[in-house]
Amino acid sequence: MAKLTFKRDNCKGCGLCVDACPKGILEIDAESINLKGHHPVKLVDEEACVGCASCATMCPDCIIKVER
Amino acid sequence: MADKVLMKGNEALAEAAILAGCRHYFGYPITPQTEIAAFMAKRMPKIGGTFLQAESEIAAINMVYGAAAAGRRAMTSSSSPGISLKGEGISYIAGCDLPCLIVNVQRGGPGLGGIQPSQSDYFQATRGGGHGDYHLIVIAPASVQEMAELTVKSFDLADKYRMPVMILADGTIGQMMEPVSLDIHVADPVEKPWAVTGTKKEREHNIINSLYLQPDKLEQVNFERFKKYEVVKANEQMAEEFMTDDADVIVTAFGIAARVAKNAVREARKNGIKAGLIRPITLWPFPEKTFGKAAEHAKVIISAELNMGQMVEDIRLSVKDRIPVDLCIRTGGMIMSPGEVYEAIEKADKKIKGGI
Amino acid sequence: MVVMERPHSLVDIPLHYCPGCTHGIVHRLVAEAIDELDIEGRTIGIAPVGCSVMAYDYFNCDMIEAAHGRAPAVATGVKRANPDNIVFTYQGDGDLASIGTAETVHAAARNENITVIFINNAIYGMTGGQMAPTSLPGQVTQTSPYGRDVKLCGYPVKICEMLSQLEGPEYLERVTVNSVSNVRKAKKAIKKAFQNQVEGKGFSLIEVVSSCPTNWGMSPKDALKWIDDNMIPYYPLGVYKDRSKEEEA
Repeated sequence: MAKLTFKRDNCKGCGLCVDACPKGILEIDAESINLKGHHPVKLVDEEACVGCASCATMCPDCIIKVER
Repeated sequence: MADKVLMKGNEALAEAAILAGCRHYFGYPITPQTEIAAFMAKRMPKIGGTFLQAESEIAAINMVYGAAAAGRRAMTSSSSPGISLKGEGISYIAGCDLPCLIVNVQRGGPGLGGIQPSQSDYFQATRGGGHGDYHLIVIAPASVQEMAELTVKSFDLADKYRMPVMILADGTIGQMMEPVSLDIHVADPVEKPWAVTGTKKEREHNIINSLYLQPDKLEQVNFERFKKYEVVKANEQMAEEFMTDDADVIVTAFGIAARVAKNAVREARKNGIKAGLIRPITLWPFPEKTFGKAAEHAKVIISAELNMGQMVEDIRLSVKDRIPVDLCIRTGGMIMSPGEVYEAIEKADKKIKGGI
Repeated sequence: MVVMERPHSLVDIPLHYCPGCTHGIVHRLVAEAIDELDIEGRTIGIAPVGCSVMAYDYFNCDMIEAAHGRAPAVATGVKRANPDNIVFTYQGDGDLASIGTAETVHAAARNENITVIFINNAIYGMTGGQMAPTSLPGQVTQTSPYGRDVKLCGYPVKICEMLSQLEGPEYLERVTVNSVSNVRKAKKAIKKAFQNQVEGKGFSLIEVVSSCPTNWGMSPKDALKWIDDNMIPYYPLGVYKDRSKEEEA
């Protein structure tokens, strides 16, 4: 089981993690805005995450912590 | 009596820098100061110091910036056009409140100019040289002994006040040979907790930087720096006074021009003219106190300079135009003779006595 | 077990870079290298003039802000002053390949024992998107509004190729960060560049082909594709010099 922690308010909604995720379980949340005014990333299927850290590898803002 | 050794001005300066604890020299060849680089090239490796001939004067001043940021006594030397190249780097060093020594052995200018001595970088030196509000301590040696002593003093002042110091010499002082005593007192080393030496993970990281995007912060930084400069002005003015107590005509000159002028003053006294000499040693801070005192009794000041008239402005500011200030100049690499200064003294004296 | 998190030597404050700007990725890779080699306490970083001018706020080691282009000279001064410090510069294409060409070439020629991280995104970001010496022929920028005309402005400068002609440098590699596997390769290269300095081997430069979504006028995702389609053909990835390896052979 893998766990992802997001520093939501520092996310700039750039979407690089969304494209990098091999499981396709990350999405830009069009419904909400963080403190900085961006649409942040959201994990849509926590169970499917394998902790490959592709998302954190591409994140320019270090907002994703990956644990397994 | 300490032992004296015959040395060339440029070499005495270099040796004194080493005496003062400077172990990092970065420079580039340019006449008439290349001896400093050549001397350092030989000496530094022997004492485990750094000699590096940089790719340009710009690179050299930036290497000094790095070594100074790292807490070391570092220096560079050049001549007029090379100092122009260093302008941005010097502004950065001042803007980061870093200590270092920059030596300008002046030559004729502007542009490529000539290789003979001049004093035409007075404005450049005393007005900072680069962009922005800042000052360098500017020191003008007039003998080989002073090339040595004032170099040690320069490093001590730079560390004491955390600011760059410039030695404004000229090709004559750089090339002349005189006996020097190297028995010179060096001040105790200063702690530099601000230096970038590695945090050892024991403290917050130090940042050496002159960028302040918030204007109120940048203003504050400037205000603080100028408060420091007021302390320097109050405490570090240096000048030599020669026969000024009762002088009517005071000649002002620095560096090689001062030696020429001294001869003329002596000659004038022999011929009954009450002449005297003020030789500024610090050009910044300008010895205003000395001039202020002199203006109380002197009737005229003659600025003898090897340029088109630069120090003359600071003299006028110092005496607040209470008395006339004349000019006696040569430039382009020409040096005035004692005879020319004497003529200027005589003319000034006649004008006073003629009551014009 | 933590698989990935912010490295210690990357300060925990938000970065000011544009969304999707690859500066953030490279900053993290540099910080990971510093952490993994356990050199944070003796590292000094030199920040450039460009978008990453405030890099001095982002790394948890002592930092110096250098004048535009002069970082390799400043690094030389620091390294000669205290050779036990690990000194790195982090520079953009204007800084390293335009105004700083002489300092770059000569630090390499002297085999100065420093690590240079070169961010090549073929444009001047901070000042609003002007042409860089590495801008591609035909590339539209604020100062090449009709596309870079090689007749007027000449051809782009290829730094790794150029420096590889010198005997001085120890290690030169060009990498990119436009995919997970490329980021991992870039990390290896950057770590090697620091490792070389720790081992006293000399000058290592890693050219990171990067993106500038804002000034290229495209989304972060499209910018990463633009790297593949346009930048890599012009700036091929690979090792351009590895003296230690050559000497072993």
